[in-house]
Amino acid sequence: MEIVLVGLNHRTAPLEVRERVSFTNEQARRAADELRSRGLLEETLVLSTCNRSEVYGVPPEAMHESAPGLSSFLSEFHSVQHDLLSVSLYHHYDQQAVRHLFRVAAGIDAMVLGEAEILGQVRDAYKFAHEQRATGPVLNRLFQGALEVGKRVRSETELGARPMSVASAGLKLAERIFGKLKERSALVLGAGAMSELVVSQLRDRGIAHLAVMNRSVERAAALAKEFGGTMVPWGNWDDALLTPDVVVTSVAAEDPVLLRSDLERVMSARGNRALFLMDLGVPRNIEAAASEIYNVYAYNLDDLSDIVQQNRSARESEIPKAELIIDEHVGKFLSWQASVELIGFVAALRQRVQQERSDFLRERLASMRHLSDEDRDHLESMVGDLLEKLLIEPAQQLRGERELRRKIQNVEALRDLFLPGDDKS
Amino acid sequence: MNHAYLILTVLAYSFSLAMYLGFLNTGKNLTGRAATLFLGLGIVAHYFALLERSRGLHTVPYHDLYGSLSLFGWLLALTYLVLELIHQQRSVGPFVLSIVLTVFLASHLAPPDRLSPTPAHGPVFALHVTLSILAYAAFALSFVLSLIYLGEERLLRNRQMGNVVWRLPPLDLLERMSRSSVLIGLFAIAVGTALGFIWVDRLHGQFWYYDPKYVITLLVLLLYAVYFIVARTAAWRGARASKFCVFNFVIVILSFTVVNLYFSQSHRYF
Repeated sequence: MEIVLVGLNHRTAPLEVRERVSFTNEQARRAADELRSRGLLEETLVLSTCNRSEVYGVPPEAMHESAPGLSSFLSEFHSVQHDLLSVSLYHHYDQQAVRHLFRVAAGIDAMVLGEAEILGQVRDAYKFAHEQRATGPVLNRLFQGALEVGKRVRSETELGARPMSVASAGLKLAERIFGKLKERSALVLGAGAMSELVVSQLRDRGIAHLAVMNRSVERAAALAKEFGGTMVPWGNWDDALLTPDVVVTSVAAEDPVLLRSDLERVMSARGNRALFLMDLGVPRNIEAAASEIYNVYAYNLDDLSDIVQQNRSARESEIPKAELIIDEHVGKFLSWQASVELIGFVAALRQRVQQERSDFLRERLASMRHLSDEDRDHLESMVGDLLEKLLIEPAQQLRGERELRRKIQNVEALRDLFLPGDDKS
Repeated sequence: MNHAYLILTVLAYSFSLAMYLGFLNTGKNLTGRAATLFLGLGIVAHYFALLERSRGLHTVPYHDLYGSLSLFGWLLALTYLVLELIHQQRSVGPFVLSIVLTVFLASHLAPPDRLSPTPAHGPVFALHVTLSILAYAAFALSFVLSLIYLGEERLLRNRQMGNVVWRLPPLDLLERMSRSSVLIGLFAIAVGTALGFIWVDRLHGQFWYYDPKYVITLLVLLLYAVYFIVARTAAWRGARASKFCVFNFVIVILSFTVVNLYFSQSHRYF
């Protein structure tokens, strides 16, 4: 009942390799089928995200033989040279594999520390594999544990609490001033990739009114259309800045496009309603002195990067709390795993003892012809009772005492000792 | 006097304060709900503590400085709870509960009153005092909200984004909560003052005679009315309105302390 994990992630493999080893749902299903039909794994789950591709499994054979086979399979399945792939792959067994998955679900192993998406991706991967009947009791238990770890880390620590990108940090700051942005309006200056990212995040936050302004009218119109906003003509600041609460600028321009004098005039016309300015341009699009205007809150790229850095440090300080939760759940899983293995071992041992008892009595009683049938039955019953007593009490203890199960770390050794040559399956 | 209610009140408010602080630090909703629950328990226990005292002394619970402070604390807690439930915002809790608990404890340390009490009786008088103290409680709440606004605004401008800043209420909400609180205070002080004049008229046959308390109360009413009107105007909205609100509460404190203790003949404790 070993667990094996073979995979690669953003730390071990460059993007070109990650792209080639990623799985679509269809590929994940096919890989799981092939791994089982080839006898490499009995239970399989493929976890594939932008930053990682991992195969979790329960091999039928001794654990140290399964990882190289899985590496070769991945190389063959994705038609990637084995030498190229093997330098990027990592493999873990049992406790290390369990801990790795729990760290992934908690967001500790993510590219952006504490990111929330990974938990959903783990959930989806598990749901898909479960529906395909690729998982069994071990992987079911393992992934249910991982989902629980993810939820607890999210609710009991601050690991995912603060924004980690400049765009999301900026919008979070805007929420410190206005609250939820659902009833607010925003103006985005520029129609490049950064503007698109911000527009998308504004839409995710349910912004009520969205306007896009760009020197190139076509690009502004296209972006506005894509996200259900309106396009406003470039440069008419007095009208364009009259209503929005949030203004985001990401324009390629050598000089600031929004000057303090423009903003002072606009603020007067707005009745000094608070205005949040997020300047993502390099060089800056908003004159630095704008932040001195009453009720104007202006943040540039450096300000937001500093906040992101503060947030990163705050998230890192939460790792020990998350690790404690992971430790607890690794312990729980290993205890469950040991109990299942031990219960199987005890059942096999009882079967073997019953067999030995029958052979032993048949052999010895053959030479005791003076015993009556009643005496023979009585003797058989006594020996049976004695053996049952010797086995039942430890079996009951194993079922009831988690601490005892934890102490017995190597069931294989017990099997080798008491059931040599026995096939555990 | 039944000390059980006093102990229960102190315990409930203390637990509530601890939970509010925990909520501000961790952001856990469960901790926040527990804080609200303990605040509710504290308010109930505090009510019975006031009731017991009134029954024991055969008079109103604001007969002396103890009663007056204690009633102020109770109404502050109650007003805050109402605002918290309306706005679904718990981050202000630690600041308000600190004041509630301090006021409640201070009310027990207040020296006994050796002066003859005001001939306090009748529903008009009772309403006059209760509404006046409710107004002070509401103004105290708006003062706390304004201070938080000014502190948070400064942190945002200085880019000092610690843990707490992310959990404090948005500036816009603080402004709205402060105005709601002032509105409650304005209504209470307007009706309470009018009832005061009616009661004095019944007692002395004339509704007005010179008492510095009258002057300062009318000044407070005027200042808060002006605040309420100008807080959303172009010139005042934002930090200026909050500073104005803080200034107004300084006048309230003067009214509640210096004027009551040293100048007023008939308003020693409310």
